[in-house]
Amino acid sequence: MSENSIPDVRAGVAEKKSPRRTSLSDHALVQLTLVRFLEFIREPEALFWVFVFPILLAAGLGIAFRNRPADVLRIATANTALAQSLRQENLLEVQQLDPEAAREALRTGKVALLVAPGPNGAVEYRYDDTNPEGRAARMLADRAIQRAAGRVDPVATNDQLVRETGSRYIDFLIPGLLGMNLMGSAIWSMGFAIVDARRKKLLKRLIASPMPRPYYLLSFLLSRILMLVVEVGVLVGFGALLFHVPARGPLLDLAAVCLLASLCFSALGLLLASRARTIEAASGLMNVVMMPMWIASGVFFSSQKFPDMMQPFIKALPLTAVIDALRANMLQGANLARMAPQVGIILFWLVICFALALKLFRWR
Amino acid sequence: MPEIASKSALHVRDLQKAYKDVVAVDGLSLDVQAGECFGLLGPNGAGKTTTVEICEGLTLPDTGEVEVLGRRWNSDAEQLRQLLGIQLQDTQLSEKLTVLETVRLFRSFFRQGAQASDVIARVQLEEKQNSRVGDLSGGQKQRLALACALVGDPDFLFLDEPTTGLDPQARRQLWELIEEFKKSGRTILLTTHYMEEAERLCDRVAIIDHGKEIALGTPRELIATSCAEQMVEFTAGSSSKALDVPALRRLQGVREVRTEDGAVLMQVTELHTSVPALLAELTRQNVPLTELRTHSATLEDVFVTLTGRHLRDE
Repeated sequence: MSENSIPDVRAGVAEKKSPRRTSLSDHALVQLTLVRFLEFIREPEALFWVFVFPILLAAGLGIAFRNRPADVLRIATANTALAQSLRQENLLEVQQLDPEAAREALRTGKVALLVAPGPNGAVEYRYDDTNPEGRAARMLADRAIQRAAGRVDPVATNDQLVRETGSRYIDFLIPGLLGMNLMGSAIWSMGFAIVDARRKKLLKRLIASPMPRPYYLLSFLLSRILMLVVEVGVLVGFGALLFHVPARGPLLDLAAVCLLASLCFSALGLLLASRARTIEAASGLMNVVMMPMWIASGVFFSSQKFPDMMQPFIKALPLTAVIDALRANMLQGANLARMAPQVGIILFWLVICFALALKLFRWR
Repeated sequence: MPEIASKSALHVRDLQKAYKDVVAVDGLSLDVQAGECFGLLGPNGAGKTTTVEICEGLTLPDTGEVEVLGRRWNSDAEQLRQLLGIQLQDTQLSEKLTVLETVRLFRSFFRQGAQASDVIARVQLEEKQNSRVGDLSGGQKQRLALACALVGDPDFLFLDEPTTGLDPQARRQLWELIEEFKKSGRTILLTTHYMEEAERLCDRVAIIDHGKEIALGTPRELIATSCAEQMVEFTAGSSSKALDVPALRRLQGVREVRTEDGAVLMQVTELHTSVPALLAELTRQNVPLTELRTHSATLEDVFVTLTGRHLRDE
């Protein structure tokens, strides 16, 4: 009927319009996601914060808190024969110096022990007994000299060295950084993009077009998932290659936790961006929400350090749940079933935030 | 579907919209015929944008009814969106995308329409099609906004102050593009506070002030009916020798006289009788003439006659 009411307009136009499009790349959802992606990679700062910064942080902290190999102790002697005997012990680094220089080296702490020949073939050890290195060096030096002189130990021994990966600081840190990164990139990319589009009245322009509104939000989630593969891959790969951080749990379950975490934080980002009209208002809101989690959720140190009465609240934070689940998976090999409590908390936040965001969201 | 009496492409009845303490639209009624270019002319804050956004389905009116292309927003929104081309006032499109990417994005929302590259060619941005939006000039950005409005081959084009803030050359270029679209016989609703723009592009104009329609007609009709055809503007006299203004009102063919910044503006019906009469009167008063200009009355003059204010001053 409406077609009849304005026939002149409709008829004149019909043959000029091109046929229905068929190509997938012309689909609105594909175009919206593509645009998200292009906008992201054309923002060098965003690339830095999402990809480079976590790696720099992990590398820096990993180096600072690395577990050192057993140290070699430095000792000095002026006697050639003694030096020869002492060099049999490979945990000692023996410097042969003239007596004066040797005493000077001990005084200034360059060596932990000075070994000198005493009267009647005895050996004299000079060291500071309050210095653990001095005591250790004395025992190693004595053992080397006695063995060189023919002592045979009555009991045979052998050493089994245990250096467990998974209990070092870097092992603790990588899942924490991964969780922090999942939160930050989801909330920032969602929040800033939406508030900026609202501020520029681009949101209003989009809803003035026939764009299906759910596609707009869906495009954010799709582009997040694309980005997620890179983000998680880069950080976990970096930890595994450089620091041999383990990923003991099922990888598919790790991927599922990351995906769920990213959706949860995206929903939180959407909620934070649902009303704000300026970037300043939005970033203030985001910092208020994220700051407690950066501190309490155990990114850099265990959340157990907080008092017991705070623990239930800390455990209920989405980032705590995400990081606990990531650590359980990567370090203790937990599968999804064992991470059920954490997954439950993440799902709870996801549903609550998304429902609230949809209720509060303003396009203009 | 609601019954509609005429072929009007846009039918607005008794529209009312108030924000907190301001009445933006106050009982406005409009009928835009299919195929015409209809102008809403008025100063800033007159309610033009609110009216247009209600017609575009972006703002809900407090009361009143709106029918676009025979459809209503509450029942046929999805269908309507496909048929309308919309350009909003000061939308900033994403600066990081190229012209082509932007038009392709908008093209993807429409079921039918031209190729993105064809639309870009139509608004003469071919050379810029791979440039970032952020690198475009103001005029180019407005042409891109027009391309985004045209990309779905709309039956009805809404343009909200399309040339505000542009330099005269960019403005003329955009006018040519709009005239091009007019030739295809489709409907345009245009808001502007440039009377030159309304006179050049619009078949009919509604002059709006304080949310109400104060005049309606073709630009020629408005000029002819609400005031005289010709304007005479002059400065005369000095501080020592003042001009007797009331005497001018008694001259033959003079409709109205007002003074503005020391200049005198007279609306007259016929220049060839009024100007000699004016010169004779000035000679009689012994006041020297320092400047004299005449021009055809414009919509600006209509607006001033109707409201006593200028469009631009608001």
